[in-house]
Amino acid sequence: MSVSKSKATNSLLKSEKKSLLRFLSLYVAMVILLITLLSLFYYQSQEKLMLSDQRALLTKYAYIQTKRLKVLHHYFDERTEYPRDPRFKSAIYDLEHMKIFSLLEDENVHFDEEEIYITNGHIHLVKTLDEFYLGTKYLIIEVHYSDEWVGEIWKNIILYGSLALIFFMLLGLYLMKLFLKPMRDSIVLLDRFIKDTTHELNTPLSAILANIEMMDTSVMVDKNKRKLARINIAAKTVSILYKDLMYLTLEQEKANQDEEIKIKELIHDRAEYFSVLAQSKHLECNLDLQDATITMDRRKLTRVIDNLISNAIKYNKREGTVGIKLREGMLEIWDTGIGIGEENIPLMFDRYMRFNSSEGGFGVGLSIVKNILDEYDISIEVESKKGEGTRMVLSW
Amino acid sequence: MVKSVILSLLLVSGSFAQDAYERYCVECHKELPTSLQQMFKRYLLVYSGEHNVKAGLKHYLKHPLRDISVMSDLFLDNYGVKKKTMLTDEQIDEALDIYWDKFKVFNKLK
Repeated sequence: MSVSKSKATNSLLKSEKKSLLRFLSLYVAMVILLITLLSLFYYQSQEKLMLSDQRALLTKYAYIQTKRLKVLHHYFDERTEYPRDPRFKSAIYDLEHMKIFSLLEDENVHFDEEEIYITNGHIHLVKTLDEFYLGTKYLIIEVHYSDEWVGEIWKNIILYGSLALIFFMLLGLYLMKLFLKPMRDSIVLLDRFIKDTTHELNTPLSAILANIEMMDTSVMVDKNKRKLARINIAAKTVSILYKDLMYLTLEQEKANQDEEIKIKELIHDRAEYFSVLAQSKHLECNLDLQDATITMDRRKLTRVIDNLISNAIKYNKREGTVGIKLREGMLEIWDTGIGIGEENIPLMFDRYMRFNSSEGGFGVGLSIVKNILDEYDISIEVESKKGEGTRMVLSW
Repeated sequence: MVKSVILSLLLVSGSFAQDAYERYCVECHKELPTSLQQMFKRYLLVYSGEHNVKAGLKHYLKHPLRDISVMSDLFLDNYGVKKKTMLTDEQIDEALDIYWDKFKVFNKLK
């Protein structure tokens, strides 16, 4: 399974980022929904306001037209000319909604809706008469509908909507920081603790390792040699952890000193360093190395190789095998260890993520590896089967 | 004798030449000062639509009452309320259809 490139070692774990992203998406969706609803209510209220203004005017026209209908009713059928007015169009309908006469441009009359409504670019006022002149129960007054007010409303909605959106986004950021504070505090605390302890580890660890190297084993009895080997293993395990922590706390911010590195030599060197650890578990080392080079910071490549080899040893079975295969552009480190489930592979590069508590450690090793590999555009492919082993392939 | 037969035939044929409206309505109303058209307008003023006007008229013809009359008090004081009709429903309907068609406002306004 290929692991996507990411700065996986920043302060938040993927699962936390996911929760945060979900919260943010929900928050943004709620804010947009709220603003949309408010805009809708605002639009509707403004439309009602406009219609109420129009209602007053059209009611006045209806009153004028009713008077004219009354006169026409009186003189019908000597006079048959329907009264016209340049300010509006009108129509008359009887009780059964039958059209008696109409001058309307839009004949789509709604008798069952509200007294005033907008239809196809016109405003209609349906006035019910008390006395049915010429049989008229419904008098329809029609004027042109001007949507100038809509432009103004949209301007307001966009302006105030954007302001509200910005305000709510800032509020959201503030809330997010508030929610994240306890999480950040605990991470900062852990980082600070590691940083402080790392400094204190350096001197005693160097003294132990230097003294082990200086000891003359030729004069020792076998029993003491074995004890010394165990001390050596323990000290080197602590040393690896120390170097990882040093890298995390201090060195990762240092500028890179890239150089062309002969990987084969470096692997030989590191394999020798770890040989005591491998021997303690009676592991077989299967080295298949060809000459290959890479241009990168030596400290960083060492951290990558150290972590991958130390994991392959640490999580191996007794009398298992650790294999290292090196080709130009490819490094493969495999083991016959406990492996991890496929569902956990994407999470294994997260900082402080550990799947096995039987071995010591903080869970920072693979996080460092991923961080360095991403920096140098080196891809890593992980194949692992629980109980059978793990294979890590680096390609560049 | 021949003359009287011809006269009778002419009278009978004359009465059959008239439609239901003329036979059942105009005959009596022609003596009243208010025209049938004015009365029609009064019905329109109160009942509005075709079915409503016809139903109102029919009801009044069958059950004439001062309280439900569309005519003014002055008219009713002078001429009183009409007598209950002797016409059948079919005859009333036929006469009302003609009456409506004759005075309806539809298609008359310009």
